[in-house]
Amino acid sequence: MTALLEADSDHLLAAIRLLLAEKQIATDDEITLARERTDKASPAQGARMVARAWLDPAFRALMLEDGAKAADSLGIPMLGLPPLGVLENTETTHNLVVCTLCSCYPRGVLGYPPFWFKSVGYRARAIRDPAGVLAEWNTVLPAGTAIRVVDSTADYRWMVLPRRPAGTDGWDEARLASLVSAEDMIGVTVPALP
Amino acid sequence: MSEMSETPRAMHDIGGVPRFLCEGIDTEPHTLTEFDRTVDALRQILGGKKVMSVDELRRGIEAIPEAEYLRLSYYQRWIRSIADNLLARGVITEAELQAALARC
Amino acid sequence: MLEAGTAVRVRDDWPETRGPCHIRTPHYLRGHTGTVIRHLGNFRNPEDLAFARPAATLPLYHVAFAPNSIWPDAGAAELVVELFEPWLEPL
Repeated sequence: MTALLEADSDHLLAAIRLLLAEKQIATDDEITLARERTDKASPAQGARMVARAWLDPAFRALMLEDGAKAADSLGIPMLGLPPLGVLENTETTHNLVVCTLCSCYPRGVLGYPPFWFKSVGYRARAIRDPAGVLAEWNTVLPAGTAIRVVDSTADYRWMVLPRRPAGTDGWDEARLASLVSAEDMIGVTVPALP
Repeated sequence: MSEMSETPRAMHDIGGVPRFLCEGIDTEPHTLTEFDRTVDALRQILGGKKVMSVDELRRGIEAIPEAEYLRLSYYQRWIRSIADNLLARGVITEAELQAALARC
Repeated sequence: MLEAGTAVRVRDDWPETRGPCHIRTPHYLRGHTGTVIRHLGNFRNPEDLAFARPAATLPLYHVAFAPNSIWPDAGAAELVVELFEPWLEPL
């Protein structure tokens, strides 16, 4: 392994950008376009899906059956992205998503993975001490709730379909969606009224 | 009890590993820097053009010596892996990279 | 093809000891027994893709494990992991 790889990261990036631009492999314009495309994905997309699922049983069923198809049906672009698996929280089971090997994250519907999701502490602890991990967010589940941890090791990306909080009768989709965060859709928190 | 401490696990394969179970978790949002977003975009372009797959990216990250792996930030690991893979695939040469580093 | 409900053992194999490799079967599962939940589809073998080698398309399964069979102090009720068929031995 060459010592060149040990160059300062900013310096390495600058050098790589220079070479790739000169070789017409990655130009500045292409980088700008890729960033703009990525910025369109955010947790608001996933939140829309969750809110729709809370209101529409047919959409909920589709989401659990084929997450990418459900996302596409709401105009969330999923072409070329990995399959999306959706994990339904119930009265008795709470789901938690982790990637112990790296940081696999449902970017198409949640945007960039958060710092904590990529951290050594989260990746090491989630599968073994999920209650302790949830406690970092002051999340306490009802007594008797079983926690299912899903380690994303291959081609699927996983998101949680949280339970609809009480006290939201009559709320429209946008208002329901505003309750749902990226943390809820990974499972370290649950949606609650503000 | 040694638990998993004697398994020949790869250094990035950290699920449940005792040494990291005492790590706190920084739950604060960290804004992505220009560096982060640029490296991320570069990876997408290289993936889209079949120059480097996400699997190759991961392999390159996993090849980083453990001390460096733990020291580098997430996207710093990425740019190091990208450079490693571009060299390995012959997309760039060491001489070219050396010269580019001197120019930047 | 492995049917839902099949008991499987994850091979107690350590390619890490034989040279550079890229393995997506976590170390903590090797040699442990789980239950196939469902077939997730067929995907190309990441162990070869990682080295830009020709990669076979393999069945991928969602497999459930009891965490307290792995760690006595485990807090989760169930641990579910995506695993490729060659790593699974039906019991």
